[in-house]
Amino acid sequence: MKTKDPFTLPAWAQVGPFAFVFGLFFIIPLAFVVMVSFWDYTEYSLVPDFTLRSYVETFEGCYDQLPGLCTILKTYVSTVKFCFLVWLFTLLIGFTIAYFLAFHVQSVTMQMTLALISTIPFWTSNVIRMISWIPLLGRNGLVNQGLIKLGVIKEPLEWLLYSDFAVVLAFVHLFTFFMVIPIFNSMARIDKRLIEAAYDAGATGWQTLWTVIIPLAKPGIVIGSIFVITIVMGDFVTVGVMGGQQIASAGKIIETRLGALQFPPAAANAVILLAVVLLIITAMNRVVDIRKEL
Amino acid sequence: MKGSALELVSVTKRYGITTAVDRIDLKVPAGTYCCLLGPSGCGKTSTLRMIAGHEAVSEGDIIIGAANVTDLPPARRGTAMMFQSYALFPHLNCIDNVAFSLRMRGVAKDVRRAKAMELLKLVAMDPYAERLPAQLSGGQQQRVALARALITEPQILLLDEPLSALDPFLRIKMRAELKAMQKQLGITFVHVTHGQDEAMALADLVVVMNQGLIEQAGSPREVFNRPRTAFVARFIGGHNVIETSAGPIAVRADRIRLSRSEGGHLRARVRDVEYQGTYVQVGLESPAARELTAQVGEAAFDAAPLNPGDEVAVSWGEADIHRLSPAA
Repeated sequence: MKTKDPFTLPAWAQVGPFAFVFGLFFIIPLAFVVMVSFWDYTEYSLVPDFTLRSYVETFEGCYDQLPGLCTILKTYVSTVKFCFLVWLFTLLIGFTIAYFLAFHVQSVTMQMTLALISTIPFWTSNVIRMISWIPLLGRNGLVNQGLIKLGVIKEPLEWLLYSDFAVVLAFVHLFTFFMVIPIFNSMARIDKRLIEAAYDAGATGWQTLWTVIIPLAKPGIVIGSIFVITIVMGDFVTVGVMGGQQIASAGKIIETRLGALQFPPAAANAVILLAVVLLIITAMNRVVDIRKEL
Repeated sequence: MKGSALELVSVTKRYGITTAVDRIDLKVPAGTYCCLLGPSGCGKTSTLRMIAGHEAVSEGDIIIGAANVTDLPPARRGTAMMFQSYALFPHLNCIDNVAFSLRMRGVAKDVRRAKAMELLKLVAMDPYAERLPAQLSGGQQQRVALARALITEPQILLLDEPLSALDPFLRIKMRAELKAMQKQLGITFVHVTHGQDEAMALADLVVVMNQGLIEQAGSPREVFNRPRTAFVARFIGGHNVIETSAGPIAVRADRIRLSRSEGGHLRARVRDVEYQGTYVQVGLESPAARELTAQVGEAAFDAAPLNPGDEVAVSWGEADIHRLSPAA
């Protein structure tokens, strides 16, 4: 490069459009959310102010109830629990699928076809997809009737639908794809000769997996994990529908407050959620520095 | 470390209906530097990979020392492989790369790192022990790959086109290092290459392969001075293959004599003239032998310069005629 000054017109022109979109639709709204979270409010109005009222109310009673958990903490424990379970299952399933695609499927065309097939869950709307679980998992659904006819169970299983199980199932079904693609991408870049070199050095299949493939697939694993964790932490629709509106979630708190037109507490909860998500992602970045790995 | 002899007994490799390696027999004495030489697709890489255990043998046996290793996994054959472009683990530094196979065997960390350090010293890479492969030059990577292959104290080291990733200058330097290392360790090296100059420079035993068969196996001098077939004569370079009434013959390019006079064994027309320093390479076209090459000493050429288009008489001495077997 002959020019030393990076701030030339073409550079600005290239960065400009996305910086504009990012600023207008992300940075500014986020700044508003943070600002509003410190406002005061009454039943019918927002009062510009600088008060911690929304935060204080959110955590009301939390200290008194210790070691018991107050509502907000219980909700976050439940959301983080879902998050962990979904992350674990999507990682296990996604890693396996990506491994199969990268190392067992020989032709690139076939790899692409199979990767596209794993996008099928996205071809229908979220609502329809979730409703279609009902005839399958319901009290008189396909699974229960099938198991009863086979004589495996006598009474229908109640925990199949409107339960933690159903929530995790729906999430895993939906988001495994977000793990598959980045992990597959990382794995596809692994030189096949490295695996032969490991075999030549006497490594067993598992040793190769642990010492060669997983370390080299780490960037993909982290990116996929960030996708899954941020989506699950903020979701309230899936938890609501699949949990039969009986399971609280961090997103649901925000939605309820918004429904009641209590914008400052909604904003405060959004800020708290954002902080928790950032905390998780920072922790993961500690394990793998993706900026370095990319 | 001590080398072992290697023996291939009618080893065959088939992929579906194509035969990559067709019942080859080969004996490589212990401590030999053996080069498998041939054009791409001749079966040399398949042969190496079968010796290494990375490719199943369709038929035949591979014997290392006194043991039949045909069905053993790579790590139990007493071989180690140095891969094309080295296949160093990009996430591990040099010392962990070298120590890898000991780690797989469950050797304690300080023991295996000490051993790896010894090998890095052997290849003069100990100052770079903590570097990642991406931070090394091609030649340095090759040394680390060599150290990694040697840590299991193999009896036979298998090298898959080890010099092809290097630029020409470094290639000559590293090939000298490989040869010196083989002499120092005294183990058997089997080195796959498509470069005849590489094979000539390194090998005690050159094995020329073509279409899944061994065309000729012998010392570089034998192969160069007495090529068995037209293929070997052409592939090894420096030869002209000429059809005569008594069958095909090979004549070394530096033994071809050109003159403007009448007579000679053949008439030919000069196609191109290339100055090569100590000699001048003259490309010739002749109806009798498609193309011919003559290497004329610089002084001799200057005494009777030739230009493209000139008609010349081509001749050679009776002693320089080498008869080729008519097959192939």
